[in-house]
Amino acid sequence: MIRLAIRMLTGDRAKFIGILVGISFASLLITQQSAIFVGLMTRTYSFVTDTPVADLWVMDPEVEHHADAKPMLPTQLHRVRGVEGVDWAVPMFKTFARLRLPNGALRNCILIGIDDVTLIGGPPGMVEGTIGDLWKTDAVIVDAAEVDRKLSIFDRDPRTRKPVGPTRPTRIGDVLELNDHRAEVVGTFSASPSFFWEPTIYTTYSRAMRFRPTERRQMHFVLVKARPGENLDALAERIRERTGMSAHTRAGFQWLTARYILEKTGIAINFGIAVLLGFIVGAAIAGQTFHSFTLENMRYFGTLKAMGAGDGTLLRMIVAQALCAGFLGFGLGLGAAAVFGEVVKRSDLAFVMDWRLVAVTAAAVLMISVGAAAVSLRRVIRLEPGIVFKV
Amino acid sequence: MTSTIGMIEPGRPDPADRADGMAVVCRGVTKTYGSGSSAVRALRGVDLEVRLGEMMMLVGPSGCGKTSLISVIAGVLDRDGGECSVFGEDFARMKSARRTLFRGRTIGFVFQAFNLIPTLTIAENVAVPLLINGSSMAAAVRQARAILGEVGLGDRWTDPPARLSGGQQQRVAIARALVHHPRLIVCDEPTSALDHATGEKIMEILRSTAVGTDRSLVVVTHDSRIFQFADRIARMDDGMIVGISGADGTP
Repeated sequence: MIRLAIRMLTGDRAKFIGILVGISFASLLITQQSAIFVGLMTRTYSFVTDTPVADLWVMDPEVEHHADAKPMLPTQLHRVRGVEGVDWAVPMFKTFARLRLPNGALRNCILIGIDDVTLIGGPPGMVEGTIGDLWKTDAVIVDAAEVDRKLSIFDRDPRTRKPVGPTRPTRIGDVLELNDHRAEVVGTFSASPSFFWEPTIYTTYSRAMRFRPTERRQMHFVLVKARPGENLDALAERIRERTGMSAHTRAGFQWLTARYILEKTGIAINFGIAVLLGFIVGAAIAGQTFHSFTLENMRYFGTLKAMGAGDGTLLRMIVAQALCAGFLGFGLGLGAAAVFGEVVKRSDLAFVMDWRLVAVTAAAVLMISVGAAAVSLRRVIRLEPGIVFKV
Repeated sequence: MTSTIGMIEPGRPDPADRADGMAVVCRGVTKTYGSGSSAVRALRGVDLEVRLGEMMMLVGPSGCGKTSLISVIAGVLDRDGGECSVFGEDFARMKSARRTLFRGRTIGFVFQAFNLIPTLTIAENVAVPLLINGSSMAAAVRQARAILGEVGLGDRWTDPPARLSGGQQQRVAIARALVHHPRLIVCDEPTSALDHATGEKIMEILRSTAVGTDRSLVVVTHDSRIFQFADRIARMDDGMIVGISGADGTP
């Protein structure tokens, strides 16, 4: 009877397509909006993700996310190094700086200083030059994705101050000013797209301290590598006890940042509304079309009932129809979302579709399908088989 | 090929043994739709017996209660009063699930509007009662094709109902009513949607394939041109049987 139910469903092409469109639309919208949301959230902590070498991040207890770096006393580095289970620990400097391009244009940027000796904490990949070029005089490396955008160099009309003439990207050899200090571009790096919009510039830790006004507290993070086999949570706890600083695993620091963005901005509500809208619209279209399909087939359900099909059989038939439509609609919507993701892969749009998101969409589509079936089922179960003798 | 129509399924008890040669026995059956001033008394104490192996026609003007009576007999409508048994079994005394099961095994239906599911092939339509009774799709379609051959549609089994004429669709409906070897077949106005010649042809098929010593037919009709096919005719008026006679008019 299940096969018969599926044949009944798919045989009515127009209705079947209508149901599929509703469920596919819901599936597409839920997946797409959620994937953009997850993509954005992923970007909020991409800086942490791009530094996989560190097992733990040690920071001031007041830090709420990685862009909110608060400086610590440099002596904390030695205290962290003294904690049992720490294999090595290196300092990291991270702050906002004022950047002047060769044409005089001013930009705000994120300045990161990494350990002078080991260069641990550097960008995940180099496009031009090598990370070792940072040992050169006044060396900085800049984000390859920004050299022809926020770091592009253009001339301005002296009178109107509007950009004129051809624009060129920042390139190796260009001399910049960072907080009025000379800085020379020695390379470009590639990194994961970031939620934050200021261009990032890497240099060495000691040079970064030179680039910024002198303060007593200058170190923003300590990157820690645990000894092999060390329990990271236990080590983080020991560091907290011994130094009074905050210590997070990579995942913990990612979540700290993402949670801050979720709680302090309206991003979750905005995307939540879009996802909910997709769910409601999809459920309404699918539910209405499926219900109308069942109503149109009421005579045939009545015929089956008269011929001896019990309520259980009819229930299984309708649920099978709903699940079939739900499964296909889910697949189509997911496929469309995947195609969308592929198309926008090279754009600035954040889009991350992982298995958890697919599972959430599947659960939502299942709810829509079962809901649509439930609405129809009530009518069919209450159907009097005597309907078959009415013309 | 040996006909599969009219055979008693091996191993199944013959309910007729418990009913003294009667397929259907109704005594004082009443049915009222609605209540109060809008109540309509469709059946006002119907007495009727349908013998094993006979074709009984229920005739009468529109609204006289024919369809209500056939619905009560087929177990798709609850009566208000009186008694009605089919092969000795009373639907009113059965639980819902048992009633559905009994109906599925014992009764075949032929409807005025055919009620063929338009999205299925005619073989799949004919296979429905077998599927309901637990057959596999392959076995059911195989049996359906065999019986479609007996009603002259063996080569059309993959067609959807819409590709067939009205007469052909009614033949499919007859095949569907017979495929699971029911003991009682109820037909509601089987010829009213057909022209005279096609209607006669349908009745010939019904007469030749459906009626047997162990199977009875109850046919509701007001088409006087097919009265000749009946063994007996019960005339209804205003919710009661007003007379029963042979097809030739003899009491």
